[in-house]
Amino acid sequence: MRDRRLSRFAFQAGGVLFALLLTTLVLVAAKAPPLAAFANLLRGAFGTWDVSANVLVSWVPLILVTSGLLVTFTVGLWNIGIEGQVILGGVFTTWALRLLQGSSLDPTLILVLAVLAGMAGGALWALLAGALKTFGGVNEIFGGLGLNFVATALNLWLIFGPWKRPGVASMSGTVPFEPRLWLPTLTPESRLAPASVVIALLAVAAVFALIQGTYFGLRLKAVGRNARAAYVLGVPTWQHLLASFALCGLFAGLAGAMQVTAVYHRLIPSISSGYGYLGLMVAMLVNFNVVLAAPVALFFAALNVGSIQLPMVLRLDSSLAGVLQGSLVLSVILAKGLMERTLGKGGGEEPAAAAAGPEGPGAAPAADPPISPNSSPEAPR
Amino acid sequence: MNDGILIAGLAGILFSAAPIVFAVMGETLSERAGVINLSMNGTILLSAMGGFTVSLATGSLILGFLAGAAIGALVALVVAFASIALRQSQVAVGFVLTLLCRDLSYFLGNPVMGQSGPRLPEIPIPFLSDLPLVGTLLFRHDLMTYLSFVLVFLVWVFIFKTRPGLELRGIGERPAASYVRGARVDGLRYLYTALGGALAGLAGPMYSLSVKAGWKGTISGLDGIGWIVLAITIFGGWKPFRAALGAWLFAFLQWLGLVLQPVLPGVPSQVLQVAPFPLMILTLLLVNVGDAEWVERALARLPEGSRKRIGGLLRGLRATPPAALGTPFEKD
Repeated sequence: MRDRRLSRFAFQAGGVLFALLLTTLVLVAAKAPPLAAFANLLRGAFGTWDVSANVLVSWVPLILVTSGLLVTFTVGLWNIGIEGQVILGGVFTTWALRLLQGSSLDPTLILVLAVLAGMAGGALWALLAGALKTFGGVNEIFGGLGLNFVATALNLWLIFGPWKRPGVASMSGTVPFEPRLWLPTLTPESRLAPASVVIALLAVAAVFALIQGTYFGLRLKAVGRNARAAYVLGVPTWQHLLASFALCGLFAGLAGAMQVTAVYHRLIPSISSGYGYLGLMVAMLVNFNVVLAAPVALFFAALNVGSIQLPMVLRLDSSLAGVLQGSLVLSVILAKGLMERTLGKGGGEEPAAAAAGPEGPGAAPAADPPISPNSSPEAPR
Repeated sequence: MNDGILIAGLAGILFSAAPIVFAVMGETLSERAGVINLSMNGTILLSAMGGFTVSLATGSLILGFLAGAAIGALVALVVAFASIALRQSQVAVGFVLTLLCRDLSYFLGNPVMGQSGPRLPEIPIPFLSDLPLVGTLLFRHDLMTYLSFVLVFLVWVFIFKTRPGLELRGIGERPAASYVRGARVDGLRYLYTALGGALAGLAGPMYSLSVKAGWKGTISGLDGIGWIVLAITIFGGWKPFRAALGAWLFAFLQWLGLVLQPVLPGVPSQVLQVAPFPLMILTLLLVNVGDAEWVERALARLPEGSRKRIGGLLRGLRATPPAALGTPFEKD
């Protein structure tokens, strides 16, 4: 057992090293000094208290979407539509704030209502992808992607149309809300709102409790492992698929709400900032493990923040962060495959549970049998 | 609108759809063999950047296209290796490669951003290009656009009229049966995935050296096309002609968005630009919904005549994927 754990660790470490090697090669190809680039990446993320606070600002939406995605991965769904769900969260939050900002309600109450509206918006958009999947047989990857583009267009239309700034509409977004409608920050200059960090931590705890500690979570896992078997054993399949979409949408909407209320204080065109896709990467990298998700998301957030100053300092494109993140996830997947090949399937201590995600129905996007209401042969006519 | 402008517009549609046709044919071959190459979006971006950079450095268009094809094949081989040799999820690997290749193209393409490079010349075909209407529509294009017409036909002949094509369908439908008949399932899957990737990799330089000449980083306007390619492959039902029709339809819708913009000033340009995407969802819905049992039950309640008509329509639209798509082949 001990040997296995050791070789398992060796494979994972090998994967990480391979990713670093890959990124170094890319840097050499771009004629950039690799060590200086990596050092700048770290300094940009942890050099001062200010940038470290920015890492947390970036961690909040990332861990929120990752938490949500762990729910959809549990039932074996690839919720690529998460990006649009974050956008709708931002849109609904802005909508609620615009509606209520003139009212005599307490600012705290307005904020709470706006965040709830954002969560509802995310869930609604997720349910749309879910309904297309369960009732229309449209694979969630393509339905979700299409809805992402639609959400982006809706967002741009609102910013340049009905919600445009008086005078000239611009890419800088809608008119900022009054400071009383901002989530309070540590100091007036800081961008970090402690409340958003608390909310994110609560979200991680909630997902952990849901998946590991509830009967509902157990049923989600059953559907993810083998939808047909779960159906035969009396777990209604499509209801659980829709429920997981809605739950994930709630978290995505919450991420959008945080971006509006805590970070930008307005709606901007890139309100989702690619956090949805990045969350998918984090979820894959941690092999769908809730406990690991929080620190890995923190690391990814640090890479994002650290890369911001690369164009100024080294004249390198900030997409280096994405290159490193992508190399890491790819290498870890390849290392996992090599490990399973050499040590046999389940070369680690947790065999099937961790693999539930990628090998569920989502593993074959175009081919998976649509699990629509009563589409199982066992279903009563 | 007079005929000349309309014909020029339609010719433009065939021109701008050519890269999509190439990529869709590539993905169709790959999926026919049982491998989903989800990395399309990254493949097209990276090969666009790579092809442009090579072409700029060497001054050779041919080397640019070869570089694009090589990049596409290489990315596809990673997907094939991870799924065939390592038994990892094709969707997971493909998705990671989508993002990785996109960021790689932005990172490595930074130095050549905004530079003007070589451009694929138009080659009017003698005599034929002088024909009224058809001449402008079909015979005044660049080489790759002509090849896109030929490719559709070639892929169709290959899949449905040749022995290797029969084998290709076999390894995607019933790999075990093909194996028993002597097909080297895994080897062929590597081959067709790489070939499909190479075809998709040609789509990149077709953009950066022709349709949207140059490399402009994040504003190149290429992000998203790869996803459209994957959707059109499904819409095409893994059949070359139907898939090509989907590509031309998509280009037509984009063109329509541009044309309608001045006519509908109240609708912001962003909304018209994404018009193809909801339509994509709708077509996927139409292609798939015929399989859902609730539709069957709803149809059963309709009167005889309309039931037959709607049922027939849905059956006609329906697309059945290769049975072994996305699943690794186990010999035992």
